[in-house]
Amino acid sequence: MPQQKMKRVKTTITVNGETREVEIEVPDIEAQWGDPSNMRWLGKRIPRVDGADKVTGRAKYTYDIQLPGMLYAKILRSPYPHARIRSIDASQAERLPGVKAVITDLTREVNYVGEEVAAVAAVSEQIARDALKLIKVEYEPLPFVVSPETAREPSAPRVTPQGNVRGGNPRERGDVDSAFSRSDVVVHEATYSVPPRSHCCLEPHGLVCQWQGDKLVAWASTQGIFSVRDELAGALNIPASNVRVICEHMGGGFGSKFGARAEGVICARLAKMAGAPVKLMLEREEEQLATGYGPGVTAKVKIAATRDGQLIAWESETYGTGGVWGEASVPLPYIYPVPNVRTRHFDISTNIGASAALRAPGHPQASFVMESAMDDLAHRLGMDPLEFRMKNDPNPVRQAEYRLGAERIGWQRRNRTPGAGSGVVRRGIGMASAVWGGGGGAGSRPTVRIGPDGSVEVRLGTQDLGTGTRTYVAAIVAEELGLDIKQVKALIGDTDYGYSGASGGSTTTASVAPAVKMAAMGAKERLLATVSQHLQVNPADLVLADGQVTVRGGSARTLTWKQACALLGKEGIEVQGEWNPNLQGSGVAGCQFAEVEVDTETGKVRVVRIVAIQDCGQVMNRLAVESQIYGGVIQGLAMALHEQRLYDEQTGRMLNPNLEEYKLPGSLDMPDIEAIVYDNPTGKVSGMGEPPVIPTAAAIGNAVFNAIGKRIHSLPITPAKVLEALGKV
Amino acid sequence: MDDERDKKPQDTPEEVDASRRTFLRNLGVSAALAGLLSSGAILEERRAKRAEAETLQAPPAGAAELRGTVRITLNVNGKSHTLEVEPRVTLLDALRDGLGLTGTKRVCDRGSCGACTVLLDGKPVYSCSVLAVDAQGKRIETVEALAQGGQLHPLQQAFVEHDALMCGFCTPGFIMSLKALLDRVPQPTEKQVREACAGNICRCGTYNRIFEAALDASRRMRRG
Repeated sequence: MPQQKMKRVKTTITVNGETREVEIEVPDIEAQWGDPSNMRWLGKRIPRVDGADKVTGRAKYTYDIQLPGMLYAKILRSPYPHARIRSIDASQAERLPGVKAVITDLTREVNYVGEEVAAVAAVSEQIARDALKLIKVEYEPLPFVVSPETAREPSAPRVTPQGNVRGGNPRERGDVDSAFSRSDVVVHEATYSVPPRSHCCLEPHGLVCQWQGDKLVAWASTQGIFSVRDELAGALNIPASNVRVICEHMGGGFGSKFGARAEGVICARLAKMAGAPVKLMLEREEEQLATGYGPGVTAKVKIAATRDGQLIAWESETYGTGGVWGEASVPLPYIYPVPNVRTRHFDISTNIGASAALRAPGHPQASFVMESAMDDLAHRLGMDPLEFRMKNDPNPVRQAEYRLGAERIGWQRRNRTPGAGSGVVRRGIGMASAVWGGGGGAGSRPTVRIGPDGSVEVRLGTQDLGTGTRTYVAAIVAEELGLDIKQVKALIGDTDYGYSGASGGSTTTASVAPAVKMAAMGAKERLLATVSQHLQVNPADLVLADGQVTVRGGSARTLTWKQACALLGKEGIEVQGEWNPNLQGSGVAGCQFAEVEVDTETGKVRVVRIVAIQDCGQVMNRLAVESQIYGGVIQGLAMALHEQRLYDEQTGRMLNPNLEEYKLPGSLDMPDIEAIVYDNPTGKVSGMGEPPVIPTAAAIGNAVFNAIGKRIHSLPITPAKVLEALGKV
Repeated sequence: MDDERDKKPQDTPEEVDASRRTFLRNLGVSAALAGLLSSGAILEERRAKRAEAETLQAPPAGAAELRGTVRITLNVNGKSHTLEVEPRVTLLDALRDGLGLTGTKRVCDRGSCGACTVLLDGKPVYSCSVLAVDAQGKRIETVEALAQGGQLHPLQQAFVEHDALMCGFCTPGFIMSLKALLDRVPQPTEKQVREACAGNICRCGTYNRIFEAALDASRRMRRG
């Protein structure tokens, strides 16, 4: 065998929502997506292939799985933010008719309200709930703290033996102090903050577990079927090959649904103990309390630019809270290069449970801090905030996007002087930018199978979070084989199919699409080799398009797709593909412009219009990319105006673990949104699920500043804060 | 009271009414427990006030309390189904767990998100907040009934073509709210569309495309 050409590439890998860069060696195989204008499917607007299943209710989510003899599990959770468990007496619960299994050995110490203490499985949900009430737990309450501000005080109760404040090592480059003290610079100092936010997945976390002898089948609502498999196998001490995980459809994850987590292990254990399948879907309150949150951050920043608007120095102290041990750092300074930088980040330990990745972890927070500071500094410089950014952003894609966005929003209509308008309702326009990696990683092993009857199947153990994975997997194969997308069956969401990684860090498309393309190319090559023998022509002269095989050069010999496949023999062909780094790339750019109306009497902010521009290299499905932009903008709007987890300092309890007091925007809050896919002909595919959520909150905050001339330094921008800024309360 | 508790439940309007009160009582208990788990003083106080309000509507003396299960008949998507449920079972759970109609989704289970929307005599309701026993004798329509003979309803077709869905978990609820609107107002304005689904929450962020899809469906339906 000839030695394969190899190449070293930098790529991102995502483990439990943490994305990091690694360098790996991969085969260097020539492959290209080709010219989008010649394509039938890729880059076009493809309605999702499972759309009909979802709109008719046929789509089966984990919550919808029902098995004969299935039991229902419920978890008893700690009412204390910090306590030692002296004893648990579950004897009464065990005696309740209908209860089949009880677990009480989960922990001896709880660290937040909502932590798992015990669990039961019973013949009905109602009985399982009744049983929880019969479990007697004796707690020894311990000192706790839930507010990061309180936690930083020397007198605060210690959450960990090492204290409550971790990290704080300065990171420095350049000469920060002399840059700030130069006579030709303008300096701005302020504090900005973002509260912790909930994922609010509409399908809660949960599983259905069924044992078949020593093998476990688990349906899971997850972003990573293989990470659930590995975590279950590890926790149950069984080989990973004994665990099969299925997730055909899932109702939202946003970064919170990676491993099996506590409820997964509990579900599998209860099923084993009871000798029956068990369904454990978290109730809404549990979902809001105990599945993580995007960490909050408070940033004290100092920023300087020369009088002509060149950024020159940045200094920030940031405080994040990610629970007892969690890390909640933010990438600062963000997007715009600064030569002289000093940052210190502290993680504050609190009793609010562990944080989880939340769509573009750390980036929307960093964006709000950086872009607010940029706007405030532009104001001090007397510069147009867009011009200030254009001067400091070397990215050519964003430069083009800035011009497009300014035109689409009507940037020249903004108040030249913030707050210059008159009347009760003031309008303002603001903007902010986004950056993301979006590159993929090796590992996906898709299989394309062509049957002698002409049927085509592609199988891969990836998952569709609602992002449209299943659709582009089918589209890539249809494109390569010259078929209608309806002729390709895309089977995903099952660990019995080939390995694929978890869906996080916007890495899925750039990991999956190249591997599927390579498998489809391989299948096509095999098919055409067979056909060329039959027709006695050179395979290079065969063209596979529109459901037929034709011979180049005007030959009349044409085979239909079915006739060609019939030549394959009983077994058909089956080809596996591997990731090809030449088909994917990293580094996507975006920016957003917001127009708002602020009612200066009620303090209410209404977002009128958002123009959102995002590039992702070679587009797979334009319709789905636009949907991701809409989704990012809407979640960003929620962050700007509505969302925050509230805690009661006296009891340590979360005050709004539900969907009515935890505010989410609804249909009446929606602005006009223009989602623009910026075509960037790189010939490489990149992920873009996360970046459109990054700049929205900052753009809205800047638009509010432009409307009323006052900066709201903390999110969400509530009517109370607006009225306070206007000096009306 | 004791002998009354031992009475075998029967499917009469009085019994149905009594079961609803039992449910409310149970609801009170679980709400109090939920309160223990989740809330601070403010919410506790609010719940206490709610409980007080419920006490004021206490059942008349001598009312029967239902226990065990009751046999009910539900008219779902044009078919009559008889099933045994505990009186406290919601219409949502009866549809999903009793009849296997899992298109209707359970998200908040307390009337704040709209994912469980079904039509009751043509009106959109949160099926998590209606007792199964109370839905008897009414025409219940779920998302499963919309497609006829393998043909998607124009609203469903428009949702697919406009990509008015992502994860899809809120989708059946939105579709039912909007179907009720289109049945009543064949040519709605965008404002009416927004108002019709103001009780539905989507987390992926599909609202704008849902508005487009509903308006497009209205055009298709009028063309016939």
